[in-house]
Amino acid sequence: MELLVLGANSDMAKAIAYAFAKQGFNLSLAARNTELLQPLKSDLEIKHEVNVALHHFDALDYDSHASFYANVTTPDVVVCAFGYLGEQAIALNNFEEASLIMDTNYKGAVSILNVVANDFESRKQGTIIGISSVAGERGRQSNYIYGSAKAAFSTYLDGMRNRLFSAGAHVVTVKPGFVRTKMLGDMDTPAPLTASPQQVANAIYKAYRSKKNTLYVNSKWRLIMWIIRNIPEFMFKKKNL
Amino acid sequence: MPRKQHITNWGKYPVVESLVTELEHANDITSFITQQTQLIPRGNGRCYGDASLGEHVFSTLQHNKILQFDAAHGILQCQAGTLLSEILEVVVAKGFFLSVTPGTKFITVGGAIAADIHGKNHHKNGNFSEFVLAFDLLMADGTVRTCSKTENEELFWLTCGGMGLTGIVLNATLQLQPIETAYIQQSSIKTRNLEELIELFETSDQWNNSVAWIDCLSKGNEKGRAIFTGGNFATREALGNEKGDPLSIRNKSNKNVPGLFPGFLLNTLSVKAFNLLYYNKQQKHISESFVDYNAFFYPLDAIHNWNNIYGKAGFTQYQFVLPRAESKAGLEKIIDKIADSGKGSFLTVLKLLGKSNPNAVMSFPMEGYTLALDFKIQKGVFELLNDLDRVVLEHGGRLYLAKDARMQPHMMDAYPKLQYFKERIKALNGSTFQSVQSNRLKLT
Repeated sequence: MELLVLGANSDMAKAIAYAFAKQGFNLSLAARNTELLQPLKSDLEIKHEVNVALHHFDALDYDSHASFYANVTTPDVVVCAFGYLGEQAIALNNFEEASLIMDTNYKGAVSILNVVANDFESRKQGTIIGISSVAGERGRQSNYIYGSAKAAFSTYLDGMRNRLFSAGAHVVTVKPGFVRTKMLGDMDTPAPLTASPQQVANAIYKAYRSKKNTLYVNSKWRLIMWIIRNIPEFMFKKKNL
Repeated sequence: MPRKQHITNWGKYPVVESLVTELEHANDITSFITQQTQLIPRGNGRCYGDASLGEHVFSTLQHNKILQFDAAHGILQCQAGTLLSEILEVVVAKGFFLSVTPGTKFITVGGAIAADIHGKNHHKNGNFSEFVLAFDLLMADGTVRTCSKTENEELFWLTCGGMGLTGIVLNATLQLQPIETAYIQQSSIKTRNLEELIELFETSDQWNNSVAWIDCLSKGNEKGRAIFTGGNFATREALGNEKGDPLSIRNKSNKNVPGLFPGFLLNTLSVKAFNLLYYNKQQKHISESFVDYNAFFYPLDAIHNWNNIYGKAGFTQYQFVLPRAESKAGLEKIIDKIADSGKGSFLTVLKLLGKSNPNAVMSFPMEGYTLALDFKIQKGVFELLNDLDRVVLEHGGRLYLAKDARMQPHMMDAYPKLQYFKERIKALNGSTFQSVQSNRLKLT
């Protein structure tokens, strides 16, 4: 079995690589900087005795995506793990930052996953795992640029799942909640709601095996997001969230 | 991203507020180091005291990838944050084991080099550094020096046992030892007193690994009664087919000590009861068995956080070594003092160390007996330990920095190359690398 990880330099992507390598998957790891991935490659190969290939991939270089995909070993599973949190405060005044958030989290994902989906549809197999975010479930003043990009991505994944169903391919949408990663930096998050990248990765492997549609790594998030989605707007808009 | 946090090592004493930086990539570590004015590298926090604590800590835990493994020659290269347990998971199945290992496999390779750790086979294999073929050392100015016994050898020997004060080890190449099976053929022998035990150690050359658990609370005729354990890696022939695949061991589930184990349960009475139970568990004078490498080398790792047993105040481990000729007299005095104090040590381990390496600068081992004892942090303990210090010094012994959290600077005079070490680390890196311990002991 072959796994392709898009955006392999993130902490979560690395944990996913280990979780699948442990199950015997060969890996294609794709990232902007493949030099940084060399130690990871050797570690995975030595620990799990699988083949690991490194590929240059830039989510924002849309034109390169088709040829990139043509060059990797045909995957059984594709994880779309790249993302950009950005700085909401900057993005509000600087459209470049806002664009970068939208382009990375949404346009880049659509560009590459369109290619993957066409392949899976014609091969009548395959699983696409998209790492989206609970932030996409309702816009909040503190991060609605990122949130809206992830909302678009989640909606895209929903549609793709619907489309690929008849071909026998599957799409898993992952909404991890807080994860202790570089992306979160030194932000303080409530411990009971914060997962480790390894926990997320193991949950993702399970979700892949059981063909889950939407994965909340910690089931508390499902409840929290249900509540957040159902607060009436006249109240929600007054909250400082 | 640095995080301000309260950190503490295995003894849970002391607790220090620290700015901890964790970086994965060597080039990030290099650019980070050049911006630092003071720092101590830290691995998995399994030294007992304050050796890897400081105001600014660099954690190697994310710099933890295995880079190469030559399964034909048993040579492994890995980044410094790699745990020994991760190495074992790879190499045992291929017929190799660490050439030297301490009593826990949850330490990093960087930590093993910094403390130049020793194990149950010290009398045969010596220190960890004997099997370090090379490492890359990051200096305060951002340069990386490859060190081995033939290249930058001075820096190599300053760093092995140098407690992180010479720079940050980025990666290391280790020579592993070949094994036929993952099992140890072990003999456990009950001895009635210290004399019997020492006699046994003196004639224990047939075992590549040896150690004794000793009861420090018994007095009189039974003073120093112990259980001696000697073992060698079993050959395939000796092991037979009993265990299935000889290089694989069945994983047992680990036990946990409850997080808030009340410290008052660990009074003299309970320690005595435990010691009695342990001692009497073994009915016969000698018992022989095959045990897997975890049970033999890492019995305490099976209880994941056994350090909770001493309660919130924590504990300190006191480990000293006495020159061989002085060992018996010194040990008797020290065991007497401990028994009199009633401040029982839960785990007391005695071992005869082999010859010290003349190249080593700050490595702890010297030929003689080493005893390791735990003391719960409580009223009177530091006074008792100061008292024991005097006996150790009197008999020409010294204390192990990887365990220490409390000794006074004068105890360092027992390290003959101390002045040279202090001068060289200053010349190499200025005062960039410093820890709570190195400041307390006036090494930096």
